[in-house]
Amino acid sequence: MATVIFSSELQKFTREEQTDVDVLNYRDLVSALEDKYQDLGSDTLMKMAVAIDGEIIHDPLLERLAPDSEVHFLYRISGG
Amino acid sequence: MSEVKDYKYIGQRTIRPDGFDKVTGRANFGADLTLPGMLWARVKRSPYAHARIIDIDTSKAEALAGVMAVATAADFPAIASETLQMGETSADIRDLARNNLALEKVLYHGHAVAAVAAVSQTIADQAVELIEVEYAELTPVMDVLEAIKDDAPILHDDLFTAGLAETPETPSNIAMRMELKKGDIDAGFAEADVIVEREYQTPTVHQGYIEPHACTVRYDEDGQSMIWCCTQGHFDVRASTAKILNMELSKIKVIASEIGGGFGGKTTIYLEPVALVLSKKSGRPVKLVMNREEVFRASGPGSATRSWIKVGARKDGTITAMQGILHYEAGAFKGSPMAPGVMCVFTPYDVANVHIEGFDVVVNKPKVAAYRAPGAPQAEFAAESAINELADKLDMDPIELRLKNAAKEGTQAIYGPKFKAIGLVECLEAAKNSAHYKSPLGKNQGRSIAAGFWFNAGMSSSVVINMNPDGTVVVVEGSPDIGGSRASMAMMAAEELGIAVEKIKPIIADTDGVGLNSTTGGSRTTFATGMAIIEAAQDVVKQMKERAAAVWNVTLDQVDWVDGVAVNTADEARLSAAEICAAAGSTGGPISARASLTARGAGPSFAVHVADVEVDPDTGKVDVIRYTAIQDAGKAIHPGYVEGQYQGGAAQGIGWALNEEYIYDENGVLENAGYLDYRIPLASDLPMIETVIVEVPNPFHPYGVRGVGESSIIPPLAAVSSAVSNAIGVRMSELPCSPPRVLKAIQSRDN
Repeated sequence: MATVIFSSELQKFTREEQTDVDVLNYRDLVSALEDKYQDLGSDTLMKMAVAIDGEIIHDPLLERLAPDSEVHFLYRISGG
Repeated sequence: MSEVKDYKYIGQRTIRPDGFDKVTGRANFGADLTLPGMLWARVKRSPYAHARIIDIDTSKAEALAGVMAVATAADFPAIASETLQMGETSADIRDLARNNLALEKVLYHGHAVAAVAAVSQTIADQAVELIEVEYAELTPVMDVLEAIKDDAPILHDDLFTAGLAETPETPSNIAMRMELKKGDIDAGFAEADVIVEREYQTPTVHQGYIEPHACTVRYDEDGQSMIWCCTQGHFDVRASTAKILNMELSKIKVIASEIGGGFGGKTTIYLEPVALVLSKKSGRPVKLVMNREEVFRASGPGSATRSWIKVGARKDGTITAMQGILHYEAGAFKGSPMAPGVMCVFTPYDVANVHIEGFDVVVNKPKVAAYRAPGAPQAEFAAESAINELADKLDMDPIELRLKNAAKEGTQAIYGPKFKAIGLVECLEAAKNSAHYKSPLGKNQGRSIAAGFWFNAGMSSSVVINMNPDGTVVVVEGSPDIGGSRASMAMMAAEELGIAVEKIKPIIADTDGVGLNSTTGGSRTTFATGMAIIEAAQDVVKQMKERAAAVWNVTLDQVDWVDGVAVNTADEARLSAAEICAAAGSTGGPISARASLTARGAGPSFAVHVADVEVDPDTGKVDVIRYTAIQDAGKAIHPGYVEGQYQGGAAQGIGWALNEEYIYDENGVLENAGYLDYRIPLASDLPMIETVIVEVPNPFHPYGVRGVGESSIIPPLAAVSSAVSNAIGVRMSELPCSPPRVLKAIQSRDN
């Protein structure tokens, strides 16, 4: 199962630091998190970038997750 | 996964393909396009920093002979608040429209309220003076700490603080609060033997690009339009202009001119929708160019900040807790780089207990824009200064303190992921072992160091590679070249194709000529667009091998590609790229390949700088006498340009540390709107900046590339100001360390 680790910002919605989710891709992950945490809308998650196993991905909609993947949501990063 | 490879072209110092045009003056920049029948435009700007617009009367301007069109915000379609993804950044499109032309309120001195197009610049200039605007003046709020007070004048009645546990019921100048934390901050400080706690301040600063914002536009009878402009991202100019004017993307072609510097300041728009409205109303092409004063008063500067930092450590140097509260000025509309500041501030350190709060605050200054690693220099100035002070208190070498606590592979970054291979330790070791760091200092001299971290970005890139019949190559990309990237693209294509870099011509296509490309920003172009080049070039090689196999009537696996030549492994027959391309018409048609991708796995780049300064005790003037910039490039495609990025970032950061600041009067009027009074470093102000390229390959890039364009501006703020502190024996926590401020510190010490 993929492990999702929540930032302190997202913990406002999840009220826990991490969770394990049995999904195969990012789209299903967002859906599963939405089901589990009523206060956490997909709007919030879809506006964020994601790091899957340390690799930051800005547009992760179709990304696959391995059974032992570690997932972090983070703010999209700007640059100059 | 990258691995150590021998390269033929990567790592060479090739001649930049745009060099001849630039040194001969042939290169065309934003203001250089003139079209038949073209009009000249000028913008009417607010004399107040904060006021309600009661009425705009343009009748006298319209009646002036030679005036062909006048525009106000009433000419923009009504649009709702909507976040527009502009590459890696986002903008509220309603705010963007109101920044281009004010509606209902002006929010800073110089805010655009109307524009005129006329047959000459002189008439346009006269006409804007005839536009009569009635204002109800409001009290401006010019400082981030003033703006967050309960009784502060409110800029936007519909702005409510985001990021709070409960939705507020009253509007605020605080647009957003953000918090990151891990561990137990109180327990962390309880473990500490030594604690440093201090407030830090950085001013509003200009990116220092030389070329003002400029565009020439044409709105045609059939609804098609053309925009020629200097920008870091012409696809985002198209997207934001289309949104503001409610146009289809296919109706707007944007051509990126050569660019005379951007550094983040040209990732947004100020002129293009205004000029397009004037062109549509007049039926003529329109040129609109900011003068230098307008650039200072009305385009986006770097954010001013107020920060509070607290760091605790055990006697052995182990940092036990890091805490920060960061306030960022957003300018007139929400959207400062507070979030990246919060995510960067303590990231060079592997510390168990961390707590950071950030606030995005609107004030009556121009809406801030990106500036090279936006948000990071300000935050890391505060953190790195505190680390240097901590080293002093611990009586520990500042490099050793950093090495003891440095983030490395496997460290969990406060913003989320665990780092893969990173080069902070290697940069610190390079600094420690440098001749510079071991050299003696003289009287009135001080030395210090600082580290810097920046994420770097990936985002979307599209390229096409076309093989000419003679075997030469055209590489078509869509990333405006702000730092020599055309050379890097040609070198990566050359490496994959095995064709000499001189035979490869890189060009930057307009928005109709190539697939979508995100803005050149976030140090992404060599990394991400380079990935697309590599992918397309590999496709071209595959096609050429297929053609050779067809000619020889052999299978593809019998063909090797060696130095731009197809080799038949069975009989050693050879076909060069030129021979294959010349015959392409009879073997399947012209050879061409494209690649479009969203690049993943941007590798962070860490930098460590060493600064030596000498302070004149009588005047407070600071001279940088020796400076070394060390940074992890992953793999330097063109070492000369990588060094140039290091030196350029260092020069800008030194200016930020020593001299640069926007100075406003009590009415919110900028008093130093030009390069005579806003002092950026000149070549004569700086020593030759020494560079060290560290190469810890990014495991997510075929060559190991990391972006290098931004990290170099982060360390100078703390390295230089801490060196000044060491020279005079007074801790400098407010930038810039200008002569009056340094002299005051010396006098306070002596008194």
